[in-house]
Amino acid sequence: MKEMSRIVKTVTNFVYGFIVIFGFYIIAHGHLTPGGGFQGGAVVGSAFALLLVSYGSLNSGKFLKKDIFSLFENFGLILFIVLGFSGLGITFFYNFLANSGGWFGDAAVIGVNPGDMNTGGVIPLMNIAVGLEVLSAFGVIVLTMASGAEFTKKKERS
Amino acid sequence: MSSFVEILHISTLIMMIVASFLAVFFRKLLPSVVALAVASLLLALEFYILHAPDVAIAEASIGAGLTMAIFIFAIRGTR
Repeated sequence: MKEMSRIVKTVTNFVYGFIVIFGFYIIAHGHLTPGGGFQGGAVVGSAFALLLVSYGSLNSGKFLKKDIFSLFENFGLILFIVLGFSGLGITFFYNFLANSGGWFGDAAVIGVNPGDMNTGGVIPLMNIAVGLEVLSAFGVIVLTMASGAEFTKKKERS
Repeated sequence: MSSFVEILHISTLIMMIVASFLAVFFRKLLPSVVALAVASLLLALEFYILHAPDVAIAEASIGAGLTMAIFIFAIRGTR
């Protein structure tokens, strides 16, 4: 697929990193602020879609690879189900890290406060797993649609 | 204060209707897709005014970002 004009490419160069950083911010602060794994992953996926639309599928093939996205997707799903089964000593999806003092283990502060990142137990890890899965699934969807458009165009030419 | 919020609601909905009408009205395909994305973005703003920022983020990234990208791929594929 052909690339778009120079204006679109320059705006993409400015904006792309900020969109990706904003998406990872939404994923990492999922237990404190609005948003979570799905929303942050969707924001990062829309950044991939922007890169693919403005630069074309031939030029951006070096940055977006379908195999690496598939690998990250499987890793996110396996991390989520392992975290679900880890609390099986009490119940399925038991929050075994909350109030334990270790990773994300501080007690939650009651009242108006600026927010403590180190709370929530197993919820931030699950947000990271879901975010990784949704991000790479959206990348796979966009890459598949782009290659399908290319295939249709080539079929109509001949 | 309440009347200001009501005016914001009504103006957002009117702009959404205008953008949706333009999406049907345009003859060329790319401006029609951009008008559909503008309607989706205004829907995200309406969700934010209704105190649902969670839904607003998902709507803005999926409805205005990913759907428009897929429509642009389809337009590029037919031409």
